[in-house]
Amino acid sequence: MDRRTGLTVHRLAAPLLILLGLIMMAVGVWRGEAAVVLQKAVNICLECIGIG
Amino acid sequence: MASKKARGGRLRLWVQAASAALSNGYLVGFARGNIFKGRSKAVCLPGLNCYSCPGAIGACPIGSLQAVLGHRSYQFAFYVLGFLTVVGALGGRFVCGWLCPFGLIQDLLFKIPFFKKLRKLPGDRFLKYLKYVMLVVLVFLLPLYAVDFLGQGSPWFCKYVCPAGTLEGGLPLVAANSGLQAAVGWLFAWKNAILIAIIVLSLLVYRPFCRYLCPLGGIYGLFNPISLYRIRLDPAACTQCGACQKACKLDIDIFRHPGSPDCIRCGACTRACPHGAITMGITSPCKDGQNSRHCKKGDRLA
Repeated sequence: MDRRTGLTVHRLAAPLLILLGLIMMAVGVWRGEAAVVLQKAVNICLECIGIG
Repeated sequence: MASKKARGGRLRLWVQAASAALSNGYLVGFARGNIFKGRSKAVCLPGLNCYSCPGAIGACPIGSLQAVLGHRSYQFAFYVLGFLTVVGALGGRFVCGWLCPFGLIQDLLFKIPFFKKLRKLPGDRFLKYLKYVMLVVLVFLLPLYAVDFLGQGSPWFCKYVCPAGTLEGGLPLVAANSGLQAAVGWLFAWKNAILIAIIVLSLLVYRPFCRYLCPLGGIYGLFNPISLYRIRLDPAACTQCGACQKACKLDIDIFRHPGSPDCIRCGACTRACPHGAITMGITSPCKDGQNSRHCKKGDRLA
């Protein structure tokens, strides 16, 4: 890979990853993962606070 | 007039305080000994902020990751990992330096005078990889594979390590909730011991938890070299004088590794550089590979 191509790849990496992340989030919501997060977060997490 | 260095430090402190206040705005929870139950808790906060903190209005990304991976219906956490990818690609560990409430607590602790301050702990070059062990073993593998007869995994990192959960969730809830007081046992003592160790170490060395244990910082750090908002070094302007490393509380040789995964984007190096060779922002790199304000407008790639 020449230097110019390397720079272009480097420049595009973040926007592509942001796009990938947004798609992954949408897939996660569609699969019901956000509901699992909500369910966990609205109840006191006994493990997290050290009760067990 | 306040120096540029002092102004930069104060701005970061204000942003950190505002972020901590906004992330934990449900103040009634502290008085009542319960937690917020609104729908905003389906959304992850960018920093390490326990969702069982009485004030928390969002979810902890590391807790959420373990909750999804430990759920019997899922083998992969698209939602949380997608969120972390977006945040990481935007700013790398910017969140650690500017938005994380537990980072703020460590920053404040380090400001307290102590008989000795260290640049790093002995064994730093090995200890800094411990956060990746935490990430792979306690956040991914154990919640995924160490499951009960129902196929449910535990949040191992939250349960056995996370001092943020103890400080932000455990102590205020146990203090205000008599039911929880009756339930405390050896695990609570263990987690408090870890919290005390982190507090003492925070007096001695800058951000010990972020450096050595935080799996969230480990994830964001992987994005540091390529994130949109990042540190750029102009090799033509840099004289390798080492002023940036001296100013860096994490002792990172920024002039050699501007994309270091340990950098929390505090900006101390950019203010310390006497040659203006280090910049932090979303500016485009120059055509010739240099990355600074010194490259002319026409020499930029985009």
